[in-house]
Amino acid sequence: MPTRRQFLKYGVAGALLLAAAAAIRGQSTYRPASGAEPLAVLSERDREVLAAIAPAILAGTAAASQPVEAIVGSVDRAVAGLPPHLQAEVRQLLALLGSWPGRRWIAGVRSAWRDASPEEVAAFLESWRFSRWVLLQQGYHALHDLTLAAWYARPDSWPATGYPGPPEVK
Amino acid sequence: MIHDPIRAGLARGWKVTDAAMLESDLALDADVAIVGTGAGGGVTAEILSAAGLDVVLIEEGPLKSSSDFKMLEAEAYPQLYQESAARKTLDKAITILQGRCVGGSTTVNWTSSFRTPEVTLRHWREHFGLAALTQGELAPWFDRMERRLAIAPWTIPPNENNALLARGAAKLGIATAEIRRNVTGCWNIGYCGMGCPTNAKQSMLVTTIPAALERGARLVCGARADRLRLNRGRADTLECSALDARGVHATGRRIRMRAKHYVLAGGAIGSPAILIRSGAPDPHRAVGRRTFLHPTVISAALMPQRVDGHAGAPQTIFCDHYLERAPLDGPIGFKLEAPPLHPVLFAMTHQGFGPPHAESMSAFTHAHALIALLRDGFHPQSAGGIVGVRDDGSPVLAYPLTPFIWDGVRRALLAMAEIQFAAGAKSVLPIHERARPYASWAQARDAIAALPLEPLLTRVVSAHVMGGCGMADAPARGVVDSRGRYFHLENVSVHDGSVFPTSLGVNPQLSIYALAARNATALAEALTGKAPPGE
Repeated sequence: MPTRRQFLKYGVAGALLLAAAAAIRGQSTYRPASGAEPLAVLSERDREVLAAIAPAILAGTAAASQPVEAIVGSVDRAVAGLPPHLQAEVRQLLALLGSWPGRRWIAGVRSAWRDASPEEVAAFLESWRFSRWVLLQQGYHALHDLTLAAWYARPDSWPATGYPGPPEVK
Repeated sequence: MIHDPIRAGLARGWKVTDAAMLESDLALDADVAIVGTGAGGGVTAEILSAAGLDVVLIEEGPLKSSSDFKMLEAEAYPQLYQESAARKTLDKAITILQGRCVGGSTTVNWTSSFRTPEVTLRHWREHFGLAALTQGELAPWFDRMERRLAIAPWTIPPNENNALLARGAAKLGIATAEIRRNVTGCWNIGYCGMGCPTNAKQSMLVTTIPAALERGARLVCGARADRLRLNRGRADTLECSALDARGVHATGRRIRMRAKHYVLAGGAIGSPAILIRSGAPDPHRAVGRRTFLHPTVISAALMPQRVDGHAGAPQTIFCDHYLERAPLDGPIGFKLEAPPLHPVLFAMTHQGFGPPHAESMSAFTHAHALIALLRDGFHPQSAGGIVGVRDDGSPVLAYPLTPFIWDGVRRALLAMAEIQFAAGAKSVLPIHERARPYASWAQARDAIAALPLEPLLTRVVSAHVMGGCGMADAPARGVVDSRGRYFHLENVSVHDGSVFPTSLGVNPQLSIYALAARNATALAEALTGKAPPGE
């Protein structure tokens, strides 16, 4: 049976990690491509992180021929529709990844996000996917689900899958 | 042009309030306040309003109808599902699909309709003292709701995704059968999960709720029921918060409802959470405990032919072989079904990323999927999960995946792979982070036997939340009596899937409809002093 302690365990471990991330979070110098939409809930630094991670998750799809800003914008809109507790978790996850120690020591990515190669990002995703730390596995799943949902919700992703889209109903 | 009965009703003057639009607080009085408009709330509203009672329904989600249902995942999940279809258990190991809109999960479910199995009822009679719940007692209520919601055999041939379950099982000498559905004039297009665009699905949205509104019942949507104010063993007031147009943040406007009786029908996570937030008396610490999910695992296969799992009625064939061959209280059994496949849900559920994931997606139209729903709650080692509330009041379910469950998961992954190969699969892919496509049954069998079955490695999902306010004959064994009345407050009842003392072993909608019809009829009689009209 789960106990009150279990409710606490995730809460406390998560809070410590994320408080650390928040404390070391600085200002982003990242500038998105001109014409990028303003974000609803994510920060410019979150945009930089996602702009590096999304291409690794979507490698092999037609997303490569799309501006990454479009995918990031879709993720931002999806996050804006989540309940407050989930929005907070996503923002904390991205803040952690956007911080220098978070990127360097928890994600294990040496290069700044804007310079990170797809191979480097893929290696980080793979290490979190099979991490022995539950929080990192959870972080992997959040990135996986948000990015893939944002892409496959777009009709321009469908031709490569053969999905014809919804039928006409009149 | 498809007739939209909701827009027509609104134009005729139905009393519906969108709480997002409120500019000041709202106070309402009624005979009965019903929280939730899904299977339990919808049926209860129809029966109480027919008995002449003044009813107010409160719904956390929006009022959307056929004109809004565009068959797009990008719109349907954020609009119509709890937490944008991203609701998860506390450790994030189980994804939970629940509706959050007028009609609740009935607006977005896949129409599968089963009566409560006799083995389940017998277990309840023997272990929870529910002597009244016999087939004979419930049959008239099943009959009534089946007529009301047009529940009938599906006579159109199954889509290929379902036919493959029937053919693969038959090759192995395993029986399958057809699922009855609650539809009239169904177009067989396959988008039940995004809201029926043709109003063929006889959900609460197009049946009981319009009937109640037509009789003058009031509906407040976009408002969250926070708590009951209690006073000397009774509920005094129901306090609710208006949500913004997205349904995300509270606007600060409050809705206060005073009623003679309160019916909780917010689903098996929502209803216990209201009682917890209310500080309702709970001397046996039973509220929110024994919450069950039918934990569900998935096996994908690549077929040589097109499957087009997105097209056609979503679930029409089932297999109970692995439930029936084992004793109810032995190792956990499972039911097999074939779920609809749409790109967003398929891509999110599919393990991995990058080129291997993209390659699987490129074969989307040839993908076949089976799901195994594990029948939890019948064994001492299957005590289910516990609903709690976060600091912000939102509910969360902690559901431990125990060795007892994992044993069933492994047998289920094996059974599904064997059936898929028997049906002609080129490869089978258990949905598990460590699994890859296997090219033969022998290879799959060995690989599945060695898979590490752990949370977050094995994809586990649920669309059936049950329990948490379980029925019993005495407070020591449950939360409500067999009429759904809360043991510790005189004027509070629970009419939804949270009253089940175990899981069901079948998709739950018809069990909720029948029990809610029975209990709402008894409630109407208690409140009015006379038997309410029948159908």
